[in-house]
Amino acid sequence: MPDILSAPLVVEFPFTRSLGPVQSAFLTGLRERTLLGVRTADGRTLVPPVEYDPVTAEEIRDLVEVAPTGTVTTWAWNPEPRRDQPLDTPFAWVLVRLDGADTALLHVLDAPGPDAVRTGMRVRVRWAQDRTGAITDIACFEPHDGETGTPAPHDGTFADPVTGIVTPARLDYTYSPGRAQSAYLEALEGRRVVGERCPSCRKVYVPPRGACPTCGVATAERVEVGPRGTVTTFCVVNIKAKNLDIEVPYVYAHIALDGADLALHARIGGIPYDQVRMGLRVEPVWSEGSRHPDHYRPAGEPDADYDTYRELV
Amino acid sequence: MRDVAIVAFAQSDHLRRTDELSEVEMLMPVLHQVLDATGLRTGDIGFTCSGSSDYLAGRAFSFTMALDGVGAHPPISESHVEADGAWALYEAWVKIQTGEADTALVYAYGKSSPGQVRDVLTRQLDPYYTAPLWPDSVAVAALQAQALIDAGDTDEAALAAIATRSRRDAEANPHAQLSGPVPAGDYLVRPLRTGDCPPVGDGAAAVILAAGDTARALCERPAWIRGIDHRIEAHGLGVRELTESPSTRLAAERAGVFDRPVDTAELHAPFTSQEVVLRKALGLGDDVRVNPSGGALAANPLMAAGLIRLGEAAARIHSGASHRALAHATSGPCLQQNLVAVLEGESAHA
Repeated sequence: MPDILSAPLVVEFPFTRSLGPVQSAFLTGLRERTLLGVRTADGRTLVPPVEYDPVTAEEIRDLVEVAPTGTVTTWAWNPEPRRDQPLDTPFAWVLVRLDGADTALLHVLDAPGPDAVRTGMRVRVRWAQDRTGAITDIACFEPHDGETGTPAPHDGTFADPVTGIVTPARLDYTYSPGRAQSAYLEALEGRRVVGERCPSCRKVYVPPRGACPTCGVATAERVEVGPRGTVTTFCVVNIKAKNLDIEVPYVYAHIALDGADLALHARIGGIPYDQVRMGLRVEPVWSEGSRHPDHYRPAGEPDADYDTYRELV
Repeated sequence: MRDVAIVAFAQSDHLRRTDELSEVEMLMPVLHQVLDATGLRTGDIGFTCSGSSDYLAGRAFSFTMALDGVGAHPPISESHVEADGAWALYEAWVKIQTGEADTALVYAYGKSSPGQVRDVLTRQLDPYYTAPLWPDSVAVAALQAQALIDAGDTDEAALAAIATRSRRDAEANPHAQLSGPVPAGDYLVRPLRTGDCPPVGDGAAAVILAAGDTARALCERPAWIRGIDHRIEAHGLGVRELTESPSTRLAAERAGVFDRPVDTAELHAPFTSQEVVLRKALGLGDDVRVNPSGGALAANPLMAAGLIRLGEAAARIHSGASHRALAHATSGPCLQQNLVAVLEGESAHA
């Protein structure tokens, strides 16, 4: 049993989203220290606002300004803030019903400890220093003993409205490819290619994934394949990929390695692109420090007979 | 309506990590178990449907790799839900109702070990107002727990008792990840302690559905699905009354739960506090056996834990331990989406 490989895998994406008219007004309002809700047909004020009435599904646009003060409707004390959360010191998650609103906003409360937090406590918004039109323009809530704010009409119009947001998201994983693929990758380190034979149909799959896709059974018998193989089909690539240091045109081919029942794909080199053909016998070319063959080149053998690879085309 | 039953159920052992197994390697033994139990081969199955999530794997279209385990070549009739396998089962049930299939293989799997599941689950929240704050799955569950405590529906001691009962029951479940005495632990996000939260782990499950006489031929005592329904609530947590689960209540009404008493309930409640909400919504009394498997507090393989509730309830019918069982699955923050099914043994139907 080979060691199981693992490697860090980071998935990171700046989610770029456009905003509808109500979302735009709400987030622009945050930039301008103004909290907006939206009024539904039955007279409730939703904060944060939505664009369709949750009861009737009618489009709603009737904006109203609510107060930066409110009441905690429930809370949860977070002793260990996680990456990207709004505060890096222990804080409370809170749902806050702002004065003038009928629904609650999720955010965080800066408080010295859980004993300083209770449902029903009065809080107010602490605005972020730098505001861009995002929910994080509210830095957090803080305890508040002062007066109650009152809602006021607002037309939702601002100069230079925010029409889109970018919310970066990063998730960290440790990727383990499992037993079959670990064995495949380890063999490549020794410049060997291994597949696995299906115990039922006897076909050799490469790269092996631990299962036969035809029979749906586990494959375990490891089989060394290649190093030589046969071009079963190919295409000529005429568009240069970004960051790829290969001159076009070049040939990308399916290659049936000797002993394998599934074709791999790889680049063909060492021969003019217009001389590559089905049946061409090829061998791998490894470059220093590479984990895969860099490309395959003609092996100098007579072409394979079509019948020897027809099942793999 | 066609009579459709769960005729076989299998699940993996649920483990904190399974680095040595790819997803298909984890899944395959479970697929083989349900096929062996019925004598069916993959080529005999009318429809295949799976549930999983790319966000757990951190890779796009990760479910396509798992298809190797069901022998998808030559082509099969197949579908996938990016959700818990309970919803894949619902799709398969609909497919059988249409008459396009008489049997269905439903499977689900999740490996939480590669990532940080508390962070991963933030990505299912509203992307404009909520997700940028990164409220993790324990945090939003804790908000609901505090609301229940404030409402007088429970307290921390009662929550701890739910965890204790679940993990004691899990001692009889060889697949459970956690069982036996588990300390209440420190607050993870107050008021929830580690003991109130589900284990993070990897696992898989599969069931086979069959219609009418096919089901009777494949299983001595099929678990007939007498009703099944799923409902959803508003996405925004601040819009909902977190101490209630009207979607569970409505799904249960539509599934016929209240027509006659049930003797068993498999509830998908990953947090102790969620069992309080579900018991109230379903009107379950002390005479109903709740989560004899130990429930999601004993093993919570994401995307499979809901399907396992259906499978565990069916297994109780198969063995004769239950005559009329309720199975529930949930998805989303604070029980946002809920699926309820009623399963019965043959005699209860007659």
